[in-house]
Amino acid sequence: MTETETMLPAEFSDLEPFAATWCLATEPERFTQRLVIPMDEMQAFYDAVTARYEEAMAYCDKFALDDMPADATNLLHLLYSMVMVSFPVECWGQGRVPDTGAAYLDLLVEPGP
Amino acid sequence: MARWPKPPEGSWTEHFGLGTEPISYEDSISPEFYELERDAIFKRAWLNVGRVEQLPRKGSYFTKELAVARTSVVIVRGADDEVRAFYNVCRHRGNKLVWRDYPREETSGVSRQFVCKYHGWRYDLDGACSFVQQEQEFFDLDKADYGLVPVNCEIWAGFIFVNLAKQPEQSLREFLGAMVTKLENYPFHQQTERWFYRATVNANWKLYMDAFQEFYHAPVLHAKQTPPDWSAAAQQAGFEAPAYTIDGPHRVVSTAGIHPWNLAESMLKPIERITRSGLFGPWDKPDLDYDQKAAGINPAGCDPWGLDSFQIFPNFVILVWGQNWYLTYHYWPTGHGSHVFEGTLYFVPAQTPRERVAHELAAVSFKEYGLQDANTLEATQTMLESRVIERFPLNDQEVLCRHLHKVAAEWVDEYKKLEDVGV
Repeated sequence: MTETETMLPAEFSDLEPFAATWCLATEPERFTQRLVIPMDEMQAFYDAVTARYEEAMAYCDKFALDDMPADATNLLHLLYSMVMVSFPVECWGQGRVPDTGAAYLDLLVEPGP
Repeated sequence: MARWPKPPEGSWTEHFGLGTEPISYEDSISPEFYELERDAIFKRAWLNVGRVEQLPRKGSYFTKELAVARTSVVIVRGADDEVRAFYNVCRHRGNKLVWRDYPREETSGVSRQFVCKYHGWRYDLDGACSFVQQEQEFFDLDKADYGLVPVNCEIWAGFIFVNLAKQPEQSLREFLGAMVTKLENYPFHQQTERWFYRATVNANWKLYMDAFQEFYHAPVLHAKQTPPDWSAAAQQAGFEAPAYTIDGPHRVVSTAGIHPWNLAESMLKPIERITRSGLFGPWDKPDLDYDQKAAGINPAGCDPWGLDSFQIFPNFVILVWGQNWYLTYHYWPTGHGSHVFEGTLYFVPAQTPRERVAHELAAVSFKEYGLQDANTLEATQTMLESRVIERFPLNDQEVLCRHLHKVAAEWVDEYKKLEDVGV
């Protein structure tokens, strides 16, 4: 990736190393990612993004939901991923929901952006 | 010492006259009973298949697979804005009319007419047959005799119901009764941000109904979802509902709520404080203009109030949350030991990215809990089928489980009597 091809707004360059892994537009992608990314990487992502949460939220809140530039949308998707990894990091110590075996629950319709 | 007063009879179970003896789950493991349920329940009761917002304009349609009744229906908004339902079958040679790529998968879209993929017969949105390929080759065929077969379809509070009986025994409103119909004063129409989940669950449909109509399980099964302090306090307290209500085949459990923002730091997950949200919904609730009394919710007048879960017979649940959002569950049987579970969350559409993130946490939390519930059911189904144990004790917080199984048995018995007299 060259310097000009960043995904996030310039103010959030410290989160850029996580962008390729966690700027995912849909819940199925984020859920799947949680199952394959090692715990220590999820912890590092969680620590970095929660530390910048208020600033990231304030940045996104400058835009209307139906009119967000691509980099702000990516930042919002990063916050969705923060929500996704919070369960393993804060509670379970594993990517899979405890005691769920082969059960699945597919999200087929979700609101944007 | 009960936290909430019980009815004068001493328990909810006795109050509703449901008997207090251990119950059998044979109705959830018997293929024969399931075969009876298909006709006695699912071809006689009104079934919710969706909401009017899924048909936003003229020609909008969706299909619903009803394996339990060995059929498929198509729901469509006509050129006259009427919502109609038809059996999803071409009058010519019985091909499924509306499907995309996979005949057994549900589909939706917008169309000016329906065209059969097989021989090109066409139907208007009101079901009338409008075109027959090489019509002159047929014998005395009048297109007017070959419209789509209609399904009884009625709408209540924006919820679209079908009834597969030739002549339903009750109108939809009569079927829903006073307790449920009051809920039409709740502003469903304002909550149009929709999240739709689906899973196949290897358990009888009534077992999953049971899982979500008692909260006795919540402090135990879901203990790992919460910080240790919360889990310990929840298990210590146990669960008590302030009110249960039953009206005909339908039932409601109401719960008290919490103000999470007032809890000690150690009782919450950090993400809840960060995003001001959680399983119970966003902490900053949107304005909804309605009167709890008029809508018949929060009957015990709890403040804070948690939720009311309306268990609408046979397989439909509307759960309204104190934090001003709601969700629905549907349990569509596919066999005596399997069903398709659908969960749909509805929020007032997020106005800001911050609100959208709060919805994300509520939705992700819903899924984490639901996965634990679904997986546990498979463990229950397999061991019930071992028939090692025949009777199971239910406590007073499981009163609604007792009611569902009783009503299912009553509908089956009534159907058998009707069959016997040849009606």
